[in-house]
Amino acid sequence: MLLRTAWRRAAAAVPVAPGPNSTAPTRGLRLRVVDHATQSDVPSATATPPQAESELRPLYMDVQATTPLDPRVLDAMIPYLVNYYGNPHSRTHAYGWESEAAMEHARQQVASLIGADPREIIFTSGATESNNIAIKELESAIQPDTSLVSVMTVNNEIGVKQPIAEIGRICSSRKVYFHTDAAQAVGKIPLDVNDMKIDLMSISGHKIYGPKGVGAIYIRRRPRVRVEALQSGGGQERGMRSGTVPTPLVVGLGAACEVAQQEMEYDHKRISKLAERLTQKIMKSLPDVVMNGDPEHHYPGCINLSFAYVEGESLLMALKDVALSSGSACTSASLEPSYVLRAIGTDEDLAHSSIRFGIGRFTTEEEVDYTVEKCIHHVKRLREMSPLWEMVQDGIDLKSIKWTQH
Amino acid sequence: SGPSRRGPIYFFPSKMAASSRAQVLDLYRAMLRESKHFSAYNYRTYAVRRIRDAFRENKNVKDPVEIQALVNKAKRDLGIIRRQVLIGQMYSTDKLIIENQEKPRT
Repeated sequence: MLLRTAWRRAAAAVPVAPGPNSTAPTRGLRLRVVDHATQSDVPSATATPPQAESELRPLYMDVQATTPLDPRVLDAMIPYLVNYYGNPHSRTHAYGWESEAAMEHARQQVASLIGADPREIIFTSGATESNNIAIKELESAIQPDTSLVSVMTVNNEIGVKQPIAEIGRICSSRKVYFHTDAAQAVGKIPLDVNDMKIDLMSISGHKIYGPKGVGAIYIRRRPRVRVEALQSGGGQERGMRSGTVPTPLVVGLGAACEVAQQEMEYDHKRISKLAERLTQKIMKSLPDVVMNGDPEHHYPGCINLSFAYVEGESLLMALKDVALSSGSACTSASLEPSYVLRAIGTDEDLAHSSIRFGIGRFTTEEEVDYTVEKCIHHVKRLREMSPLWEMVQDGIDLKSIKWTQH
Repeated sequence: SGPSRRGPIYFFPSKMAASSRAQVLDLYRAMLRESKHFSAYNYRTYAVRRIRDAFRENKNVKDPVEIQALVNKAKRDLGIIRRQVLIGQMYSTDKLIIENQEKPRT
């Protein structure tokens, strides 16, 4: 926690200066800027320039939090940010027509990825809004004999895949609506809303190398699933979600879905190999490492490991050259251990030692090797400093210790 | 410069017409050359890797209609790479910690 507030103070105090290599102003945070801030809040003209090493950015291994834009996605979006800026709901001129055409093409691209009809796709601001729309339907329709099952397709913390097709079959036979939050699954594993009997699905743009601020909700038409609009206004998106559809963003989402459909097999193969490499190398070199989540039903790009006798936050801070997370970003401000790990029965001390490694489309073998090397080094170092580890090495069973009160 | 030393000649089926084989080879070299100019490490390495793997994957395609479709897609992709390389260079930032040690392979 302390280091994070130090970041904010440092970022506010030091104005971003252009790096020596670029002609455009750099906007990124410098790695070692904390050192400069403690000496002086006013950058001096005669201050020694930062060493080359302090300007280097960390590796990105946190794809479950968000993904970079695929260049193919940005390329599709830019025309709609420069020249084709019409409102897609303007019916009377070419600007509106071309924007609407782009929106409908994007809708088709999203539908195609999940085996849906384009009329079943409503654009939203993201999977969170989609989840709210789906669950509000439950609140408005609840009777003794109706209900909704809502399940994540792939968990964002430990990567576990739920048996969606089986759940869909059960819900369908009991006449119960089935919603799934597929944010971490869309475009990564094959999904078909008809094969899996899914009635509602939430989709997130920024988890599949698309832009932030956009998503979609899939709403089955046959048999019809009725939802209540969260946001009312001009009646856009079949009245289910009023507000001007942001053409550049939905074009990006559509392009991301199309690229994902083309690249799914290639990405999955490569990510599986890299995940195997990461896990094997770490487990071969370190004892007392636990992988959280069912290894049989697991999406390879999300690896959650617990390193016994090492505190997760200290390991994260030690791995300052790699961008990682210890669990879900949505709860990162609190110090409570992950509810997911608690739910799968992880010991509380192991839950505090968990780190999530994210491997994605753009992750390289070099990045995996570097991360593994640093991880092994720092776990060993932190364990050397741990009295608990020392006791374990001496053969003491920690669970047998009676800790005295002070 | 002349033909690349690590020639990908063996990727291309000998049954292809000489002109289309030359066209495919030119496209392949142009795409790789352009991709190496991405300033972002992750985009650069992905593009080079993906292009090599895609041409390797399609090396046994014999149908001329299919070959033409693949060539057309490659031309569009080359356009995307050119534009995105330029944009990336205009908005470039610091290198990654790993780029000092990176060896010139994938």
